[in-house]
Amino acid sequence: MSSPILKLVAQRVALGILLLLAVSVLIFAGTQILPGDVAQAILGQSATPESLANLREQLGLNQPAYLRYFHWLGGVLTGDLGTAMSSGQDIATSIKGRLWNTLFLAFWAAIVAVPLAIILGLIAVRYRNGWVDKLISGLALASTSFPEFFIGYVLVYFFAVKWQIFPGISTVYDGMPFGERMQAIALPAAALTLVVLAHMMRMTRAAILNVMQSAYVETAELKGLSAFNVIRKHAFPNAIAPIINVVMLNLAYLIVGVVVVEVIFVYPGMGQYLVDHVTKRDVPVVQAVGLIFAAVYISLNIIADIAAIVANPRLRHPK
Amino acid sequence: MADSKAKPGLLLDIRNLRIEATVFPPGEPPKNIVLVHDVSLTLEKGKVLGLIGESGAGKSTIGLSSMGYGRGGVRITGGEVILNGRDILKGGKDGFRKLRGREVCYVAQSAAAAFNPAHRLMDQVVEATLLHGTATRAEAEKRAVALFKKLSLPNPETIGERFPHQVSGGQLQRVMTAMALCSEPDLIVFDEPTTALDVTTQIDVLAAIKDAIRDTHVAALYITHDLAVVAQVSDEIMVLRHGRLVEWGGTRQIIKEPRQEYTNALVSVHEIEHQEQKPGTTPFLSVKNVTAAYGRSDIKVLKNVSVDIYPGQTLAVVGESGSGKSTLARAITGLLPPEAGTVTFDGRPLANRLADRPKEDLRQLQMIYQMADVAMNPRQTVATIIGRPLEFYFGMRGRERDRRVAELLDKIEMGKGFSDRYPAELSGGQKQRVCIARSLAAKPKLIICDEVTSALDPLVANGILKLLLELQKEENVAYLFITHDLATVKSIADSIAVMYRGEVVRYGPKSKVLSPPFDAYTDLLLSSVPEMEIGWLEKAIKGRRMASAGN
Repeated sequence: MSSPILKLVAQRVALGILLLLAVSVLIFAGTQILPGDVAQAILGQSATPESLANLREQLGLNQPAYLRYFHWLGGVLTGDLGTAMSSGQDIATSIKGRLWNTLFLAFWAAIVAVPLAIILGLIAVRYRNGWVDKLISGLALASTSFPEFFIGYVLVYFFAVKWQIFPGISTVYDGMPFGERMQAIALPAAALTLVVLAHMMRMTRAAILNVMQSAYVETAELKGLSAFNVIRKHAFPNAIAPIINVVMLNLAYLIVGVVVVEVIFVYPGMGQYLVDHVTKRDVPVVQAVGLIFAAVYISLNIIADIAAIVANPRLRHPK
Repeated sequence: MADSKAKPGLLLDIRNLRIEATVFPPGEPPKNIVLVHDVSLTLEKGKVLGLIGESGAGKSTIGLSSMGYGRGGVRITGGEVILNGRDILKGGKDGFRKLRGREVCYVAQSAAAAFNPAHRLMDQVVEATLLHGTATRAEAEKRAVALFKKLSLPNPETIGERFPHQVSGGQLQRVMTAMALCSEPDLIVFDEPTTALDVTTQIDVLAAIKDAIRDTHVAALYITHDLAVVAQVSDEIMVLRHGRLVEWGGTRQIIKEPRQEYTNALVSVHEIEHQEQKPGTTPFLSVKNVTAAYGRSDIKVLKNVSVDIYPGQTLAVVGESGSGKSTLARAITGLLPPEAGTVTFDGRPLANRLADRPKEDLRQLQMIYQMADVAMNPRQTVATIIGRPLEFYFGMRGRERDRRVAELLDKIEMGKGFSDRYPAELSGGQKQRVCIARSLAAKPKLIICDEVTSALDPLVANGILKLLLELQKEENVAYLFITHDLATVKSIADSIAVMYRGEVVRYGPKSKVLSPPFDAYTDLLLSSVPEMEIGWLEKAIKGRRMASAGN
C-alpha cells in the first residue's frame, strides 16, 4: 500500500473517532436535558425530598455533569457500560446477547439484499427504459414505500398464518441449532430486505447509467463486447464508490433501524431492548445503546469512505 | 456470403448510405433529421481515406457506420455497407459484435477518456483479441508489446501494467492505436486521433500512426477537420459538408487543385490580412515579474513573467497545455492573486485580489472563454446576457438598454432577431459572438481571449478572428490572446509571448518573434505546426532539435 492511501485512511479513522467522541458528549448531554432524573424515576411520584436527595447522593448524581461524563466515558472505554437502573443488571452482559442477535439478523438480511440489489440494478441498466427496467423499479419502489410494519404483517399473514411455512414470532435462544435459528429469522430478514432493496438498487442503476455516457463505454461496445459485459466489466467498476456508500448506509440501517421489525416479530435484539428501556426511562441503558448505534453508524461510513478511496485507481496507483 | 457485386481488392464499399436521428428541439415536437445523405465511398485494402469536414458534416457518423454503430440514437436507415464482400447491415446485432474489435477497430479522439480508468492498459489492449478468440493471452500480450515498440512508446515491456492516468495524453493515444492494431483488423477508424493533443505532441503521434499503418498494411478511415493533418497520412481525401459529399480525390489533387469552392475555402482558411502595429510608447497594462502558484504549492505555475500590452493592440500568448498561459490571464484578472510581482494599469498598480478591485477596474478587463456554451446561463436570452453588463456597469435600463443591445448585436453581425433566443438555439460560432458582444458591452480597454477559437471549426473560427480584428479597429480595444494555435497567432497578433513551463521564453513584436534565429522551444513549436504539404511530416521530424515535453 502506498503512503497517500494510508494517510487518507488514517485521516478518516481519526475523524471517525473524533466524531464518536462528539456524539458521546451529545448523548450524555441529551439525557441530562430531559426533565427528571433516575432517582425520581426509581422512587416514583410519591418520593419525599429527603429520600430523593439520599438516592442522588448514593448514585453520584450530585457531582458536576462533566465529572459524571468522564466517569461514564472511562467506564465505556474499559467495557463497563454501567448498571441498568430498572433491573439492576450489568448492561454490558445483557447487551452482548442482543447485539449478537441483531448482527445475526442484519448479516443474513444483507447477504440477501446487497447482491440482489446490485444484480437487479445491473439488469435494470441492461434493459433501461424497457419494461424489465420499469418492472424492477416499480416493485422495488413499492416495497420501500410500504411501511415496515405493513410488510411485516403481510409476510406474517401469508407465510406464518395462511401457509405456515415460517414462524410468525422469531424466538431465538442460546444454543439454538443453526437451522432453526435461520428459520426463525426468515420473515424479519425478508421484511428488512424488502425495505432496503430499492434504495440500493436505484443507486446502482443511477450510478451505472451515469458512467454509461463515458467514452470508455463506447470503446468497449466497439470492441464487440455484449451489452451485459460492457456494464459488468467497464461501467460497474467505475460506479462502485457511490454504490458502496449507499450499501453501507443501508447496512447501518439494518443494524440501528430495525426497531419496528424487531418489535413486530418479537425478536430479542438491540431495538427491542432500547424501546423497553426508553419507556422505563433507564438512562444508562439508553446511553449505552445510543453509543453503540452511533459507533456502528460511524464505522460503517468510515468503511464506505475507505472502500471508495481504495476503489479509485488514481489513489491506489499514484503517478 | 460471397457477393457477386464485390470487386477484388475492395475492402469497404459503402453505397448510398443514409443516416437519420431524432432530435428533440425545445418547445417543439420531436422530429427526424437526416445526418448523412446518400454518401457512397470505396476503400481498397491497405489504403487510407481521409474524411474531412466541419462538425456536423457527418464524418464520424460515416466512419462508425463501417462498424454498424450509431452514437446516441443515430440510425442507419438506408444504403449498404459492404465489408469484406458482405453487407454488414444485414448481419444484425450479433453480426456487428463479431466484426467490432476484429475486422474493424476504432481509435477515439480522446484516448484519455476512451480508456477505462479502472483497468490496466494491457488488459484493455488485449481485450478485443481475447474476446474474439483470435489469440491466446500470451500471444496477444506479445503482440501488444511489439506494437508498443513499433509506436515508440517508452518502456514497451512494462507500460501495459500502468493505469491510464499514469500515462501522458500523447502516449495514451499511441496505446489506443496499438489496441486497435492488436486484433489485426482489416480496417481502423481513426476519429480525430490527434486533435486533443498539443501541437508538439501531435506530430509524434501522427508519425507513429503513419508508420504503423504502413508496416501492418491495415486500411484506415482517417477522420479530422484539419486538412493539413490528413494530407500527411491519406492516399485519398473525401470532403464532406452537412452530410453530403463535396469532393473526393487523391490527396495531391484535393490540396493543390481543389475543384469545389468549399474545398478551396478549407485549403486557404488561414489567410487573414493583418498589418502588424508597432508597439506604442506607453503600455496601459504591464505585468511585472509576476510569480504565481496554486494553493501553497512549491510548484510555480508562473515564474517571473513580464509582458506589456499597448492600447488597441493584440498580444498573443502561445505555448502548450500546462505552460501557464491561462494562469497568466487569471493573475491579470485577479482570480489568482500572484505571490510576487505587480500588474499595473494606466500607471497605477491593480489590487492583487479580485475582491479588492473597484467596479471600474473590473469593467476595464473583460474575458471571453473557450467554451462559449458553458460561459452563458442557458436559461437567459441573448438580450439578457448582453444587457447584464450594461445594467451592472452603466445602470442602463429599458429602451436605452435594448437600443444598445441591438447595436451590439449589429456589431457582431447578428440581427436583432437573435435577442429573444436562448444559447441552446445558437450555433457554436454564434454563441462565441454573443460572448464577444457581452464583453464589448462593458466598453473595456482589454479583452482577454482564452482559446476562443479552439473549439470551433476552421471556417467559423476564421470568421470570429476577422470579427475580432474589425472590432479592434472600431473600438480601439486591446486583446490578450491566449492560444496554442500558431496559425491563429500569425494572423492576428501584434506582439507575441512564447511560454514554456511557466516562463516567457521569447517575447517581442510578431515579426521579430517569428523570424530566425529561434531558441530551441520556439523552433520546436513552429516546426510542429502541420503544413498543407505532402511529405511535410517526414521533413519536420527529421529537422527537430528538441523532443516535445509530452513524450
